[in-house]
Parts: sequence; structure tokens; C-alpha cells
Amino acid sequence: MADVRFDQATRVYPGNDAPAVDALDLTIADGEFMVLVGPSGSGKTTALRMLAGLEEVDAGSIFVGERDITDVAPKNRDIAMVFQNYALYPYLTVAANIGFPLKIAGMKKRERERKVQEVAELLDITDQLHKKPGQLSGGQRQRVAMGRAIVREPSVFLMDEPLSNLDAKLRVQMRADIAALQSRLGVTTVYVTHDQSEAMTLGHRVAVLKDAKLQQCDTPRELYARPANTFVAGFIGSPSMNLCTVPVANGCVSFGGMPVSVPAGVAGDSVVLGLRPEALELAAEGLDAEVEVVEELGADAYVFCVAEVNGAPTKLVARSHARQAPHRGSRVKLRPLADEAHLFRPDTGERIDS
Amino acid sequence: MLALMSPWIVGFLVFIAYPLVMSVYLSFTHYDLLNAPRWIGTANYRYMFGADDQIWPAIRNTLWIIVVGVPLQVLFAFGISVMLTRAKHGVGFFRTVFYLPALAPPVAAALGFVYLLNPATGPVNTLLGHLGINGPLWFNDPAWAKPSLVLLSLWGVGNTMVIFLAAVLDVPRHLYESAELDGAGPLQRMRWVTLPSISPVILFAVVLGVIQGLQYFTQAYVAATVAAGQASQAGGTSNLELGYPQGSTLFYPILLYYHGFKYFDMGYAAAMALVLLGVSFAVTLVILVNSRRWVHYGGAVR
Repeated sequence: MADVRFDQATRVYPGNDAPAVDALDLTIADGEFMVLVGPSGSGKTTALRMLAGLEEVDAGSIFVGERDITDVAPKNRDIAMVFQNYALYPYLTVAANIGFPLKIAGMKKRERERKVQEVAELLDITDQLHKKPGQLSGGQRQRVAMGRAIVREPSVFLMDEPLSNLDAKLRVQMRADIAALQSRLGVTTVYVTHDQSEAMTLGHRVAVLKDAKLQQCDTPRELYARPANTFVAGFIGSPSMNLCTVPVANGCVSFGGMPVSVPAGVAGDSVVLGLRPEALELAAEGLDAEVEVVEELGADAYVFCVAEVNGAPTKLVARSHARQAPHRGSRVKLRPLADEAHLFRPDTGERIDS
Repeated sequence: MLALMSPWIVGFLVFIAYPLVMSVYLSFTHYDLLNAPRWIGTANYRYMFGADDQIWPAIRNTLWIIVVGVPLQVLFAFGISVMLTRAKHGVGFFRTVFYLPALAPPVAAALGFVYLLNPATGPVNTLLGHLGINGPLWFNDPAWAKPSLVLLSLWGVGNTMVIFLAAVLDVPRHLYESAELDGAGPLQRMRWVTLPSISPVILFAVVLGVIQGLQYFTQAYVAATVAAGQASQAGGTSNLELGYPQGSTLFYPILLYYHGFKYFDMGYAAAMALVLLGVSFAVTLVILVNSRRWVHYGGAVR
């Protein structure tokens, strides 16, 4: 049980000028489920491996509780990790795999078997204990890998894209299982994924990384409601937020005939206007657009259109009720909900708060 | 179909089936290459296990070279490959250096070692002398002749080393990382990750080493002959030099060779060859059956 703190933690791979993780400041509370999310090369996995001790920390430091673990050997960090490809020992049985950390720790055989049994019951894999990992399905291997991490009762739990090797249905199910397990065990957990929906459903808080830098760290709801910049705005939420650069005139921007007010003191003559699909509705009046694709989701439909914004053809997504969804190729009018508009600076992409 | 396979069928019949069948037949005859084989029943086998007083020393020497040599070769090859995977610089250079001896022809290698280990003039004993150590007589000492041959085999362990190197490099890195996070130190990672992961290669090296040990001939023959000072008149070697010095390098295949090509007793040599074949087969089988307990094939269901 411990909190985790990255303090200006930096990792530069040898032979690279650009850091893989650049001065990361991040505090993870005791018992919190923190998800690191970002595209490939954002440094999320490197940050996790730095915490595990598998990657050196070139500058800054990392704390677990009050203890500075920056230069502590991985085995002395009291951290357990679930690897993307599970890293199970193919030559050991499931029971021996789960019991491995205990065996290394020198625990007596009886005690070890009891603990393995406990964990196996928790994960519902008791009837697999005598098998080798090669005989298990992906989901079962995933559970064994979790079991090996849980059995140690570590102070911090790390998971590196643990669901990425599973099929879509199993992934959703395991996601729920992991969330339930984490809240039951109450162990501080750091979870890496590139899947924003996984991040949003699992994380108590979500840290969004891009190009080695932390972009924003907040609760899923806040990330969605108040993205700190255009990257977060576009990355979180599916389909993505509509982002278009529009000119400012008289303290207002005009989008499809609807004025959206811009706070006073915003420099420059244009802003980036962000509208989530649900903030763009089909109406009688508004921006003229042509429907390219309609994605039916049952109750709702996402309408993918092309419209002319600021003189350039721009792709926009609007949400509509399924019953009112237009046909492909038809022309519609898009009206923004001005209250739900986000504004960003066109140069830095930072959020403009009203 | 048969026509397509015929080259191999002919090859098999001429080079494998016929010699094997003939060996079995000849082992029950007396055959001196000049006169037609004369059927003598099991006399060759009875002599081998009853009256031949050279065969047990030959078997003992062969066992010695296997029991001492094979584990050392495996350890040495494994040790070098692990060092090569750890090295930060010059990996390519050292890999080449350790592999090169494997390219030396066995006869040349044996000659070189006899020269290096010459008790009086060899560089090794000269160097030891400078260090104040009185070097042994190596190939000229019954107690040191077999260890000298083991040294020679360790020097030429390059092939095995390369196979071990490939296997060690093939162990997935995340297994080490996982073991490290779970608290395993370097020795425990070796015991619980490296060794089980490369166990099929260890088995391969052991089986191959044992079979080569059973057939150990060239180096021993050359070293003994040369060390005995008979290089110039090889072929005229008399019975006295058999397994020089004092029979310490008399291995089973050498005895076989003497019976076949020095004493021209092909029947007896054929009987010895068949016994060797049977023993090789049995030993390999024992190792393979025993290996099920310690060899792990990745993910394969057996």
C-alpha cells in the first residue's frame, strides 16, 4: 500500500537526442487506479518500466511512499507487473508460475501452495493449476499472469497493455474483471494502454501522454468535459471531437450561422473550435453539409459529413437519433450547441477557458 | 514415384543397408581380406567378452573420456555463450575467436596440441617453467594423456558454443524481466529462466557429445602416434604403442581399427562395430527417456 510519485522523471534512450519520457510529474494516490494512455511512442510504457526499474531514470526521481526508489534494484521495489505478452514461464505449470515469486522469496512449500490456491480461487483458475501455459487460452494466461502478480501482495501493481492480445469480447469482459479485482484488493495500480475507451472505463484518473510529455491528468469525466489542449480533445472520446480553426470577429466566432462567444483578451484573429459529435445537431438552420457515412448504433447514429468551414472542406461528425438519421449523400444542416463548445488557441493548442 | 526416389533408394541400399547387413554377417566369420570369410558362429563375440584383455581397458578409457569430457564441453560451451551474451564490446571478435578452432581439421589440431604440449620444448611447459611450475608430461604421461585430449576437445568446442549462443539469445527478454521483478537474482534467473529455456539444446549437446565420445578416434590416434615419436613411420606402429602411453589412450574405436586394419581381422572388427552401434543406440535411448524430466519444449503438448 503506497502512493507513487514521479518527480521530473526523465528517460533518454542511448543514441537518441529526444527523451522517451520528458520530465514527468505525476502523483498516484494510495489505492488509486491510474491509467497512462497515449499513442505509440508517447512514452507511456517507458514511464511504467521506469517505475518497475526495468528502465533507467536519467534525471529526476521516482518515489513509492516516502521511499526514493530511483536507484533501487527492481526486485527490491515491492512492485509486481503484468506484461503485455504475459511473460509466463512455459516450462512451469500454472501453479508453479503463480508460486514463483513466493518460491524465490523462500516461502515454505505448504504456505506457498495455500496462497496459490487462494489466488487461483480468486481468479477462477483452480482447475488449470496443473497445466502448462501452452495449454491455456489467451484469457486464461492473462489470469495466470495476474495471479502471479497478486500472490506477492505488492505495494504497487503495474500492467502493460495486458488486454491487447485478447479478442474484443474477452477484452471487455477482462476489463470489468480487472476493475472489480483492483477495487477489491485496493492496491495502487498503474495501467498502460493505447485504447482511450479502456482508459476511460478503468481509470480513477487518466494521464494522457504524447511525445514523451504529460498532456493532462484528470478523472475520465473531467478529461472529457475539459480537455487541456487539442490533442487531449481529439484523443479522448469516440468518435473524436470535431476541431476546426475559425476566424474571430467582434469577440465571437461564427459556425454555421450560430455565434459562439470568445472570452475577451484572446489574442489573434482565429481560434480552434471544438465540438463533440453530441454538440452538433441536425437542424433546420445551420452549416450546410453533405452526408458521407452514417454509423448506426441502435439508439443513436453518428453522421459523418463534409462541410465547408472557413473556406476549406472539413470532415465533421454529428450525433443524431437513429430515427432521424439522414441517408448517405443527402444534404443536412449542422447546428452547434454553443454551451458545449470548446475553444483552443490555434498556435499552442491550449484550452481557452471562458 | 519410385523412379523419382530411386537415387536415394540406391544410395541407401549401397551405402547403408548393404554395409550393415555385411557387417552383421562378417561378425560371425573369420575374414582377413585375402581369403573368403569363414563362418565361425559366435566365436568373435565370445572372445570379445571372454578372452580379449584389451577390450575392458578400451571401454574404461572410452567411458572416462565421455564422463569427464562431455560435461566439461557442455559447461565450457555454455559458459562462453553466456559470457558472449553479457559482453558489451567486441562480441563479434570474441565470437569469432572462440568459434575459429572448430574450423581446424582434427588431425591438424591434434598435431598442434602435441607440439604445444611437448614436455621438453613445447611453449606451454616453457611458459609454466618461467612461472616456476614444473609442467606435466602431457601426451607422454599415462595420467595426463586423456586430460590433454579433453583440453583439445574444449579448445574445439566452437560448434556447440554457437548453438548455445543462439539458444541463450533466443530466451525472451521479458522472462528475465519478470523474474527480476519477482525477486530473482542473477543465479536464480540462470536456474529458473535460462537453463529450462535452453534445455533442448543442452540435451542435443549431451547426446551428440556422448555419441562422439563413443566414436572418439582421430585426435587420440594422431596424438598418441605423434607423441610416441612414430610420426615418420606411422603404419609401422607395433603393438607396443597401442594407446600410447601405456594404453592410456586406447579407446574402443582405436582397438576396433587395430583389429580391422592392422591385424586384418575384419570379422572381429565387425563384431566390435556392431556392439558399439548397439551401445550407442541404448545410451541415446536412455538419455532421451531420462530427459523427459528436465527438457522442456516451449509450449508443446507432449
